[in-house]
Amino acid sequence: MSDSSPKLSFGSLLRRPETGSFLGLAAVFLFFTIFGGSNFASLNGAASWLNVAASLGIIAIPIGLLMIAGELDISIGSMVPAGSMTCAIISGHFGLPIAVGVVAALCLGALVGLVNGLLVVRTAVPSFIVTLGTLFAVAGLTLGLSVLITGTTSVSIKAGPEAKFLLGHFIGGIYQVTILWWIAAAIFWGFVLHYSPYGNWILAMGGDKVSARNAGIPTERVTIFLFMCSSMSAAFVGLSQAILYNSAQVSAGQSYIFNAIISVVVGGVLLTGGYGSVVGIVLGTLTFAIVNQGIYYTPFDANWASLIIGVLLLVAVLMNNTFRKMALSYTPSRKVK
Amino acid sequence: MPTPLLTLQGINKSFGPIDVLHDINLEVYPGEVLCLLGDNGAGKSTLIRLLSGVHKPTSGTITLAGKPAAFASPRDASNAGIATVHQFGGTFPLMSIGRSFFVGEEPKKGWGPFKTFDRKTANDIAVKAVRDLGITRITDGDRLVGGLSGGERQALAIARAVHFGASVLILDEPTAALGVKEAAHVLRIVLQARQKGIAVIFITHNVVHALTVGDHFAVLIKGAKAADFRKGEKTREEITDLMAGGEQMAELEAEIKSYMSNHPG
Repeated sequence: MSDSSPKLSFGSLLRRPETGSFLGLAAVFLFFTIFGGSNFASLNGAASWLNVAASLGIIAIPIGLLMIAGELDISIGSMVPAGSMTCAIISGHFGLPIAVGVVAALCLGALVGLVNGLLVVRTAVPSFIVTLGTLFAVAGLTLGLSVLITGTTSVSIKAGPEAKFLLGHFIGGIYQVTILWWIAAAIFWGFVLHYSPYGNWILAMGGDKVSARNAGIPTERVTIFLFMCSSMSAAFVGLSQAILYNSAQVSAGQSYIFNAIISVVVGGVLLTGGYGSVVGIVLGTLTFAIVNQGIYYTPFDANWASLIIGVLLLVAVLMNNTFRKMALSYTPSRKVK
Repeated sequence: MPTPLLTLQGINKSFGPIDVLHDINLEVYPGEVLCLLGDNGAGKSTLIRLLSGVHKPTSGTITLAGKPAAFASPRDASNAGIATVHQFGGTFPLMSIGRSFFVGEEPKKGWGPFKTFDRKTANDIAVKAVRDLGITRITDGDRLVGGLSGGERQALAIARAVHFGASVLILDEPTAALGVKEAAHVLRIVLQARQKGIAVIFITHNVVHALTVGDHFAVLIKGAKAADFRKGEKTREEITDLMAGGEQMAELEAEIKSYMSNHPG
C-alpha cells in the first residue's frame, strides 16, 4: 500500500469496496501471465476470458445490486435457459420474427422477476428460499413446455443478420458482441448505484430495511424492480447465447448461480448487504473468468481451476473484510495501524 | 402555560387479547423535554411506535398542533414533523455520513433522467449540521457511519431530525449504550434541541439522565401511566421506586444488604 499518497486519498481508497478486488485481479492476472505465457496475454487469450466474463458479468451486476439491497436471486440459473428456449421456440420452432422471440424472452424474465419480488416482499420468506423455489419451478416449466411444444430438449434458431450483429457475432472474429452489452450494463448500473439518488436507496435498504422504509424509501417497489432486472438480465444472456450458437438447450445455466455469487463476493460486495460497488463486481467477474479460463494456458491440469477459485473466494472475502474494517476505523486525523 | 404541541387522550392499544397500553393521557409542550420512564415491558416502546406511525392506537386520539393526527405510516409521522431516533442512531453503518444523512431525501443536481446524487452538498450539509451540535471531530462527510462512536451516531441522527424540521423529537434510550462522557454529550444535544423549541420525548430508564434534562416526567407501569409530575416535584429515590413498581426497590436493596452481610465475600 502506498503510504506516500496523501492521507485523505488513502482513506477514500480504503472506503472503496473495490480496492480489495482490484488487488485480487492484479494478483491473478500476474499469476497467469507468468505461468500462462504469451498465449494467455495475447488477444486470443484475452478473448477467451473476456467472452466468459461478459455473459457472466451482465448477470452478476444486477445480482450484486440485489445483494447490496440485502436480497439474493438464484433463479437466474433457470432463467438463462428459459430465456434462450423461449427465444428459440418462438423464433426458431414457430418461425416468428426474431424480435418477437427476444421481447418474449425478456417479458418472461420480467414476469419471473415480478413473481420473485412479490413473493419476497409479501411473504417475508428469505429470498434465497423463494428463488430456490422458482429456480426449480422455472427449470421444470422450461423442460416440460419445451418437450410438450417441440418434442425435444434442444431447439435450433436461425437469426437474421441484424440480430446476429446486435447479439451474436464475434468482433474481429474472436470477441463476443456481448462484451459491449456488458460494458453498457456496467455503465448503466454504475450510474444507478453510485450517481443517481436511487443508489442511495439500494445501499440504505441493504443496511437496514426497516429504517430505510421509515425514511420514506419505497423498499417494496425497489426490491421488485431489482428482482425483475436480474431475471431479465439472465433472460437476455440466454437469448443472446441462443442467437450466438444458433441453438438453445434446456439445461445450460445452473453454473451461473454460483459463478455470479462468487464474482459479486470477490468484487467486494457484503453478503449481508449495504456495501458494494459496480466496479468491484466487474473486477470480481474478470478475476473469476481469468481463473476459469487462464488455467488452460498454464501447464497445470484444468481440474485445479476449482481449487484456485475456492481459495480465491475465501482469500477475497477475508481481504474485503479487512479492508472494510480499516475503512470503518479510518479517520483522517489518525494513522491506520 | 403555552398550548401543548402534542396531546394524547385516552390512548389504548391492544395486540389481540393482550392489552399493552391503557388510557394514556399525555401532553408534550414545545421547548420542553418530556421524560418517559418505565421498566422493560412497561409499554414505552409501544407508545413510541404509536407516535411514530408504526402502529395505530386501538382507541383514543393523538392531537398534533391542534389537529387530530392519524398516521398511516412512519413516513406520515415524519412528514408531520415527528422524528424518532433509535438507540443506535444511524443504522446504516456502511454508508457515508453524507449519504446516510439524506436517505430518502437525497439532494439532486443535473436534469431529467440524469439527475445525480449531489454528494458534495450532502456531505457539507451533514457535516455542518453535526458540528452545529458540538461534535467537532466530524469533518469528513465521506466517513462511514459505522466508524463513529455511539454518541456521534446519536448526534448525527438528532442533527438529521433537526435539519428536516422535526417539531417533535422522540429519543428512544439514546444514552443506554453509551459511556459516561458520551452520554453527557448526548444530553447536552438534547438540551440544544429543546432550546430550538423542539418538543423532545426522551425515553430512558436511567433516572439520573432523566433528571438532568427533563422538564416533565411520566412513569409507565404495566401499560398505564402511574405518575405524571414536573421537575422538582419528586426526588430521585421516589422516581426509582415508582419505576420499579412501588416500594419493591427499597425492599430489594434491603434484601441484597442482608444477603451480603450473611454471605461475606
